Amino acid sequence: MSFREIANIAGSAMTAQSVRLNTVASNLANADTAASSAEEVYRARKPVFAALFESNATDDAALAGARVQVLDVVESTEPVRESYEPGNPLANAEGVVFYPNVNSVAEMTDMMSASRAFETNVEVLNRLKSMQQSLLRLGEE
Amino acid sequence: MAINFDKALGLHADALRLRADRTRILASNLANESTPGYQARDIDFAASLARATATSEEAGLTLDTGAPETMYRVPNNPSADGNTVELGVEQAAFSQNASDFQTSLTFIGMKLRGLAKAIEG
Repeated sequence: MSFREIANIAGSAMTAQSVRLNTVASNLANADTAASSAEEVYRARKPVFAALFESNATDDAALAGARVQVLDVVESTEPVRESYEPGNPLANAEGVVFYPNVNSVAEMTDMMSASRAFETNVEVLNRLKSMQQSLLRLGEE
Repeated sequence: MAINFDKALGLHADALRLRADRTRILASNLANESTPGYQARDIDFAASLARATATSEEAGLTLDTGAPETMYRVPNNPSADGNTVELGVEQAAFSQNASDFQTSLTFIGMKLRGLAKAIEG
């Protein structure tokens, strides 16, 4: 029986989705963080997910489960917003202030998607628990 | 006459193991819901059944758990990032598989109760 591996798979997905929620929270929190140059300004961060197949020699390769790993967290290359605000204390010599390239609407939808995916894996763990418990109760009564 | 548990439980023990293996595959699909390029897989029961019926006509049906065929799922709506996991489809399959697991467990439980009755008299 492979219950432990299934729990590992669901756990890895929950970790990955937490990382995704983390970047969303960071992006939304810094959506209006100004800076005086394009290099210093905050850029939206995105996690990169990859499937990690378990290559267990004792197992049939076709039946191997696939965990999720977070390969990297990359910064968005989209252009940052520039705004002419001479009154802003962070404005540069030309009176321009730079704002992050965070798209709030996209971040909100990403947040919903991540939390739904997290809940799906919690549900997998719950089902797994009930399967395991009924297996343990086998032959009783 | 000795009781052989393998024979007594029939194919339900194998079915239970197969359901557990399928749970792992479906859990992988659900876990990789947002992994770009991940292709959802599943066990092809129809192919396994066809092979079992083709090879053993007189010996009766045996459940072949040695190497179940895993196939890639054909998505209803292909996505741009190459991921073929469709949450609704996978959740339905996972739920169905969990019910099938309970069914196999119930069958084994009934077999065991029958054995106990035979032993106790």
